[in-house]
Amino acid sequence: MPKRHFEDFVVGQILPLPERQVSRAEIIAFAAEFDPQPFHLDERAAATDLAGGLFASGWHVCSLLMRMLCDGFLVESACMGSPGIETMKWRRPVRPGDRLSGTSTVIELRPSTTRPEMGIVRFHHEVLNQAGVTVAWMENPIFFRRGAAS
Amino acid sequence: MIYEEVIVGSEHPFGTHRFTAEEVRRFALAYDPQPFHLDEEAAKASPFGAICASGWHTASVMMGLLVRYMARTGEHARTEGRRAAHLGPSPGFDDLKWLRAVYPGDTVTFTGRIVAKRESASRPGWGLVTMETTGVNQKGERVFVVTGHIFVARANPAS
Repeated sequence: MPKRHFEDFVVGQILPLPERQVSRAEIIAFAAEFDPQPFHLDERAAATDLAGGLFASGWHVCSLLMRMLCDGFLVESACMGSPGIETMKWRRPVRPGDRLSGTSTVIELRPSTTRPEMGIVRFHHEVLNQAGVTVAWMENPIFFRRGAAS
Repeated sequence: MIYEEVIVGSEHPFGTHRFTAEEVRRFALAYDPQPFHLDEEAAKASPFGAICASGWHTASVMMGLLVRYMARTGEHARTEGRRAAHLGPSPGFDDLKWLRAVYPGDTVTFTGRIVAKRESASRPGWGLVTMETTGVNQKGERVFVVTGHIFVARANPAS
C-alpha cells in the first residue's frame, strides 16, 4: 500500500482510530513511572478526590491517543513529526476497563513555506469511551512529506 | 503550597532526567512506534537524523518530575507545620512545543513558572493555577515548553 503523503489528506476528512482497552494494571504502571499521584495509583485514595475513583493520568491518555494515531494511520504514512500540541482537553476520567475509540479530523492543510519537501496537516482528534462520551480532545499540526506527484 | 500561597512569577525546579536508550525504546514500543523512534536507518533518513525520544515520553518525564517535586515540597511544608498542596486533576494544557529532539543520552532539566491563578467558579474550594514549564538540555537549548492548568485546593473556600 502506498504511504500516505501530504497530498492524500483532504479538509473535512475523518480518519477512524482503532479501539484500545485500558487495564487497571496499565493505568497504575504508567502512573507509578510518570504521574505518581494517589488518584492514579490507589482506589481508596482516589475515592475521596474530585474525580471520585481511580483514573488514568492525562499524560497516559495522551500516550494512548498517540498509539491509536500510530496504529490508525501515522506509521503507514510519510509522517515527519510534529512541532507540538495547540490544545489538549481532558474532559472526563478514563477508568480501568474503559474501551477507547476515536477519530482524527483534518481541519487545515498548509504547504510549508520554509521546507518545500513537506506540508502541514492540522487535526482535531477526539477520544471517546465505550459509552460514546468524549474523554479528551486535542488539536495539533503534523508534518508530512509531499508526494512525488506534487 | 496551598492555593493562597501560590505566587505568580515564582519558579519551581522540578528536576533533571537523563533519557537512556533503553527507556526511549521501551516508551516508543508501547506508545509511539514510529520508525524514527525505533530504527537507526529510518531515523538517519528522517528530519531528526538519529533515533530520538517520543515527544510524549519527554512530556511524561516532565510530569513525573513535577509530581515528585510537589511531594518533596509538601513534605517540607508539613515538617514546618504548614499545609501541603492538595492538587486536583488538570483540565488540560495549551501550546505544548517540542522545540528540539531529545536523543538517548540527553539530560533535560525542567522548571515550572507560575503565570496565573484564579479561583474556580465551577468548583468552590478549588483554584486554577496556570504554569509554564520549560525543558532545557545539557547544551542549554530549550527542547520543550508547555502551558498547563491544574486545580489546587483553597485553604478557606468559604471566605
